[in-house]
Amino acid sequence: MTIKKHIHLIDTTLRDGSHAISHKYTIEQIKEIAAGLDSSGIEYIEVSHGDGLAASSVNYGFASLSDEEMLKAASGVIKKGKLTVLSIPGIGTVEDLKLAADCGAKVCRIATHVTEADIARQHIEISKKLGMEVCGFLMMIANAEPKKIAEQAKLFESYGVDFITMADSSGALLPEDVKSRVAAVVNAVGIPVDFHAHNSLSLAVGNCLAAVEAGASYLDCSLRGLGAGAGNAQSEVLVGVLDKAGYETGIDFFKIMDIAENVVEPVMQRPQAIRNTSLMLGYAGVYSSFLLFTYRAAERFNLDPRDILVELGRRRMVGGQEDMIIDVAYQLSKEIKQSKIN
Amino acid sequence: MNKIKAAIIGPGNIGTDLMYKVLRSSNLDMALMIGIIESEGIARAKKMGIETSVAGAEAVLDRKDIRIVFDATSAKAHLKNAPLLKQAGKIVIDLTPAAIGPYVVPCVNLDELRDESNLNMVTCGGQATIPIVYAVSKAAQVNYAEIVACISSRSAGPGTRANIDEFTRTTAKAISLLGRAKKSKAIIVLNPADPPIMMTNTIYIEVEKMDEKAILLSIEAMLKEIQAYVPGYQLRVPPLFDGNMVTTIIQVEGVGDFLPKYGGNLDIINSAAIAVAEKLAAKMLTDGKLL
Repeated sequence: MTIKKHIHLIDTTLRDGSHAISHKYTIEQIKEIAAGLDSSGIEYIEVSHGDGLAASSVNYGFASLSDEEMLKAASGVIKKGKLTVLSIPGIGTVEDLKLAADCGAKVCRIATHVTEADIARQHIEISKKLGMEVCGFLMMIANAEPKKIAEQAKLFESYGVDFITMADSSGALLPEDVKSRVAAVVNAVGIPVDFHAHNSLSLAVGNCLAAVEAGASYLDCSLRGLGAGAGNAQSEVLVGVLDKAGYETGIDFFKIMDIAENVVEPVMQRPQAIRNTSLMLGYAGVYSSFLLFTYRAAERFNLDPRDILVELGRRRMVGGQEDMIIDVAYQLSKEIKQSKIN
Repeated sequence: MNKIKAAIIGPGNIGTDLMYKVLRSSNLDMALMIGIIESEGIARAKKMGIETSVAGAEAVLDRKDIRIVFDATSAKAHLKNAPLLKQAGKIVIDLTPAAIGPYVVPCVNLDELRDESNLNMVTCGGQATIPIVYAVSKAAQVNYAEIVACISSRSAGPGTRANIDEFTRTTAKAISLLGRAKKSKAIIVLNPADPPIMMTNTIYIEVEKMDEKAILLSIEAMLKEIQAYVPGYQLRVPPLFDGNMVTTIIQVEGVGDFLPKYGGNLDIINSAAIAVAEKLAAKMLTDGKLL
């Protein structure tokens, strides 16, 4: 009998999924979803504003709850799993990490753009001192070559992280691109590697399989795929697929399906479908959380949201630059006005 | 015309860029560049015919001829340098996040601070955004101000990278204090795009009572004041009004003294430091005549 390879799952319904409902989770919803995930056997339960700790703002959208309220609600119901938070240096600070640890966070993921790992050093070292399990999280891995990503992952490893997350934040990668990137990092570091997919090109679950084949042992997922843009790899689907592919997750398949259908589906403001604009996120390589802001800007400036995304992709905007959606929309509308005058 | 002699401690990116600006000044004399080792920056200054020393802050203490000292080292080093410089009677312009002395943004509060011996230049993002918040607060009560500064990865030095919280913390604090915003938030993003992007600063301001005309006029007047010392400062997106929210985006193009034009972040904090020094020097020269 062969022993099945174990895959660790990080569910981000309560973090990445927060984008899809404009960061408006209620205490009750957080409790119900976190408790459901916990009872189904999910190991990591990520809870934060979509852009991480302290991201409630004009730029990223105001959350209906404070970080403290969200985390305390979740930590009160999680018995077996680990309450996980995400923080982006430049937005969240060391004080926010301390608050998260005080509220019961056991794991924190410090996220930087794929080329900027060194700005996370202080946050990683302090999180370790606070006793948390720490992950170095590289965003927008589609924007860098395997060699560069491996070099940045090694930096994270040298700062003492416990595992690496590689995030295809725009959902732009094809399975072969995922494989080459994940393999490069797996070969470069001596710690586990996690992959975070977005479904812009309808490849989230397939890319997860590619990542596992290339050596990843952790995967990010979200109930009903709830997440920024076209959403993430769908947790309940991933559990079924991994089982069929011969991997072991320790998750109760029926239970996780039930939570998705009975608890998360009623919370959703729209089906997590790949609409034209979210398809463009993957095609143009734009950060998934830009989606709803792009819709708003398109309406305000009377533009096609796809034109805004193409220009954002051309300018190579990185995670956190939601403000540049206004800039692009303003410049495009000005160009249209001028061409009408001429 | 008479000039006031100035020294720079810290011959890194900021210090070197400052040196070029002092050399161009009409009332400052670039007297001494100070480091702690024979670095590239020291060699560059020497090559340009400027007196140098690698003795650290000590080098300027008994130099009676030098009255203004720019400290472009680190917060940690400045905490050590500051008391020595104060005792030696120097006027210190602090470009580190140490912030021992009060924050100064030339077009906002320079006139109130002329008797201080240690002035802190906040952050690059603070120099770029506080004038706008202040301009709006002259026309309406500001309940909340939030800024997003985006700089090119190439112009973010090791100091900024090692302690990125210093930027968010100091900038937010100074926005409230000098910009008169009841609440504030600052965010910084590094973008590695190649060719490098110009520094942009997005400013979101929520006012108690909207007065579009007064706010526009106040921002326009402020723009002229800043452009007098930062020529590359411009509105990328002019003020947009939505309910009680004003949104505007600033671009800062550097003059390209030491770093290329994408180094607008260095350019604006250094140009502000020079504006402060020139004003103080002008006062020293007039007072000198009166004596």
